Amino acid sequence: MTVLLVLLCVALITIIVVQVGKVTELASKIRGEEEMQEAANRRHGFYLMAFMILFLVATVVSTLYYKNYFLGYGPHKSASAHGGTLDYLFDVTLFFTGIVFVITQILLFYYGYRYKAQRGTKASFISHDNKLEIVWTVIPAVVMAFLVISGLDAWNEVMADVGEDEEYIEIEATGYQFAWGLRYPGADGELGRKDFRLIKPGSNDLGIDWNDERSLDDFLPNEIVLPVNKKVRVRITARDVLHNFYLPHFRLKMDAVPGIPTYFVFTPTKTTEEYRQELSQYEEYQVPADPTDPESPMLWEDFNYELACAELCGRGHWSMQKIVRIVSEEEYEAWKATQTPHYEQLIKGTDDDPYKEDTVEETTEEVEESTSEAEAPASEEETEEAH
Amino acid sequence: MANIATQSQPEVLREDMLIEELGFDDHFHDHHHGDKYQSNFINTYVFSQDHKVIAKQFLITGMFWAVVGALMSLVFRLQLGFPEESIAWLKPVLGKWVEINAEGFGTLSQDFYYALVTMHGTILVFFVLTAGLSGTFSNLLIPLQLGARDMASPFLNMLSYWFFFLAGAIMFASLFISTGPFSGGWVAYPPLSALPQASQGSGAGMTLWTLSLVFFVVSVLLGGINYITTVLNLRTKGMSLWRMPLTIWAFFITAIIGLLSFPVLVSAFLLLMFDRGMGTSFFLSDIYIGGQALDHVGGSPILFQHLFWFLGHPEVYIIILPAMGLVSEVLSVHSRKPIFGYKAMVYSIMAIAFLSFIVWAHHMFMSGVNPFISNFFVIFTLIIAVPSAVKVFNWIATLYKGNIRLNAASLFAIGFVSMFISGGLTGIFLGNSALDIQLHDTYFVVAHFHIVMGVAAFFGMFAGIYNWFPKMYGRFMNDTLGKIHFWGTLVGAYAIFWPMHYLGMAGVPRRYFSFDSFQAFAHFDGMNQFITIGAILTFAFQVIFIVNFFYSIWKGKKMTTRNPWGATTLEWTTPIERIHGNWPDKLPTVQRWAYDYGKDGKEFISQVEPLGPDEKEVH
Ligand code: HEM
Ligand SMILES: [Cu+2]
Ligand SMILES: [Cu+2]
Repeated sequence: MTVLLVLLCVALITIIVVQVGKVTELASKIRGEEEMQEAANRRHGFYLMAFMILFLVATVVSTLYYKNYFLGYGPHKSASAHGGTLDYLFDVTLFFTGIVFVITQILLFYYGYRYKAQRGTKASFISHDNKLEIVWTVIPAVVMAFLVISGLDAWNEVMADVGEDEEYIEIEATGYQFAWGLRYPGADGELGRKDFRLIKPGSNDLGIDWNDERSLDDFLPNEIVLPVNKKVRVRITARDVLHNFYLPHFRLKMDAVPGIPTYFVFTPTKTTEEYRQELSQYEEYQVPADPTDPESPMLWEDFNYELACAELCGRGHWSMQKIVRIVSEEEYEAWKATQTPHYEQLIKGTDDDPYKEDTVEETTEEVEESTSEAEAPASEEETEEAH
Repeated sequence: MANIATQSQPEVLREDMLIEELGFDDHFHDHHHGDKYQSNFINTYVFSQDHKVIAKQFLITGMFWAVVGALMSLVFRLQLGFPEESIAWLKPVLGKWVEINAEGFGTLSQDFYYALVTMHGTILVFFVLTAGLSGTFSNLLIPLQLGARDMASPFLNMLSYWFFFLAGAIMFASLFISTGPFSGGWVAYPPLSALPQASQGSGAGMTLWTLSLVFFVVSVLLGGINYITTVLNLRTKGMSLWRMPLTIWAFFITAIIGLLSFPVLVSAFLLLMFDRGMGTSFFLSDIYIGGQALDHVGGSPILFQHLFWFLGHPEVYIIILPAMGLVSEVLSVHSRKPIFGYKAMVYSIMAIAFLSFIVWAHHMFMSGVNPFISNFFVIFTLIIAVPSAVKVFNWIATLYKGNIRLNAASLFAIGFVSMFISGGLTGIFLGNSALDIQLHDTYFVVAHFHIVMGVAAFFGMFAGIYNWFPKMYGRFMNDTLGKIHFWGTLVGAYAIFWPMHYLGMAGVPRRYFSFDSFQAFAHFDGMNQFITIGAILTFAFQVIFIVNFFYSIWKGKKMTTRNPWGATTLEWTTPIERIHGNWPDKLPTVQRWAYDYGKDGKEFISQVEPLGPDEKEVH
């Protein structure tokens, strides 16, 4: 039915368009081609000016209206140490491009209006002007040089890996269709090896190699929790296709590539609570989080940092969300203490446990010491059952 | 006021006289007894070897694809703008891709959403803005503006079109297979594109997609070789390189870029096919998918991105340079003034073309390449802004003190410049890798490339169509409708793409089926609805164009003079009715550059007019 309606509309438009065409052609026959063109020039010259004004006003008004979405403004401030640098660079670029934008758009539309053909007007023969051309080549070149230098300065600092003896927390994020797997090192502060061939759905989704002793205390939380003002190095990996580890509030984005681990180093500077407090200043966050329920908490109270995927990875690409919590040092330690190493939780003593034999043997030895050789096999069975 | 329609008949005859007197006799008629190339309907209109017919074939095929691609975008825009509205009414068209639940509520299948996005990108970038634009105008204008009878190889030229047709047919077929068309994005990054397990569309859909594009590349190469050869060898007497109109410069350099970059794409596809079908590991390593660890090890998905963007970035200039050429010509003709800084324009095209080969990794700042490498790509990328800026200033200066005829063609040319400015400036944000950390793969990028490439190239194409329609069909398109089309499209395009900058700054990622999973991206319902409505209305304005176009082919106002715009270039010295070989007898010889408008008090001086006794040629 709707399809039919759409088709009908199209047919109607066609008829109208054809009729308008016929009428205007008839009019130009009556009034004379030349006069028509002149009148059209006047009219469309005026439209050009009108459009220019409308366009620039719309630009300014929408900029003001959406100023809180601009990087570094209002509630849209960065929550990482390097974020401010980027936001500043954005402003600088916006400043220069803004000037160029306004000047060139005004000249373009104004000239279109000012130099429209009218009775008695003539074009001037101007083919080039070397001096002018040099000026307007050099000025953009200088501005670009400035932007390149400030940009690269920021880039190389942001992308630098951690130094030799710097203190940092290393965590790992693994993208797969369609979720993120997180891994934290335990007390040793180091992540163990992993290998995609060891992946076992459910018990070892990341393919952690339990032969590596560093793995044994690694834990796999389902949200990212980090202490404020501590340097973090995120190891970013992927299991199946490309993904992208994207933390919009921290100005952080890096592809996750199967086979090629990448990393991003950053320092969160605001706890989730602090960020909420900041947001609470803004009207748009002082509304119920659930619009249908006026009793629900305010939007700012409900706020959380989020991890997203920013590289197309298939049908569920849009849904790879994880919560990120930035907390105080103490809260972080307390949280860590509640986490159980994955090995302890799901692996220990199962067939996947490479130390199973060891544990078994150790116990057996103990048993052997205290019992006669003849009884040994029976007690071996017992110990196995005990696990 | 200078009106050209009243250009007195003797002027035109003067050009004939000049051709007769000074023209170059290539004994055309001695070779062409009774036109063996155009003896029946089939070889005149279907398997034609006449560049003017092939141009129309490219144009109309391009228009078909533009409509298909645009309709696809409306469907996925409905999903983004109105996810809460049922689209059960689309079921008759989309079939199983509309999933109807128990209450009769219809939603778009996620797989199909991504397929639509992918097809939309592929179709518009390759079929519409590469083949439809370059194919149409290079074919039409290169021989006509250079004073050649046809392309260097009319036969290859015909093949070029039919390979394009074949590519289109395969892509079209892929829309109807049961697993759906390819859905991994127009950039087709592996492993997603390499593994059928990763996505429905990466099965047969992907195979057809690749096959189609390989044929497409063949088409581009056949066309390109022809354009280059024709420009180098078939220019008429007196048409030195520095006397060529900017259109020809643009087509020429575009063809060179295409010839150097498209084969790299094919090599990437070939390797990808090996990975898909033969167990090689060029792009694959360490993959666990579908409950299985794959055998592929040692490959690099990033390598594919290098190969892809080595074409991909030049490709965006393959799209925009022809549009720039058309706009330069249209602006100059209708402001009755030489293009400002002709040589600077040519050198800018060359600089852009050269630089376009060494900036590709600006699409890969966040893809895991060594951050150090990005330093070079930032530098070259931002350098490209300089020749781009020069071109903009020159266009604006061309209008200055002109005597501008504001018709559909020149309005679209002005609109092009506006779009190119708006979109080019956002490139400066993205080219700075530090800013790209935040902006990459957000709607900011979508806004950037749609404005600077999508809309701008369309505007260049429209300017070209309105301007050269009389040359193609011997009739005019209705100019009032053209102007309505222009204003609707200008306002509509900005309404669609401008707000996307704000979405991008707020961090909203592109290629999301729904924004509901994230607090951070979920606040933009109003804006998304606005964009969708804008898209529908803008599409409606394109209907006006299409109706105008086809109506005018048969019923448009007839061309009564040969040179309706009072242009200096050679195509307007050919007879109104299309003839094989372009000029009935001798070929014109060229006496001056292409931009003598308003010189020495004359409205315009055709390129066939010899220099006066003390006249100096300007450049
Ligand atoms: C002023 C010069 C320009 C600069 C500095 C520039 C810079 C960039 C950068 C850095 C990106 C990558 C953004 C990202 O993915 O994060 C980009 C994307 C893009 N640009 Fe430009 N650009 C410029 C002009 C153009 C022109 C003239 C065109 C086309 C005619 C164009 C078409 C594109 C396209 C198609 C993409 C997106 C491809 C994709 O990811 O799907 N750009 N541009
Ligand atoms: Cu994803
Ligand atoms: Cu590029």
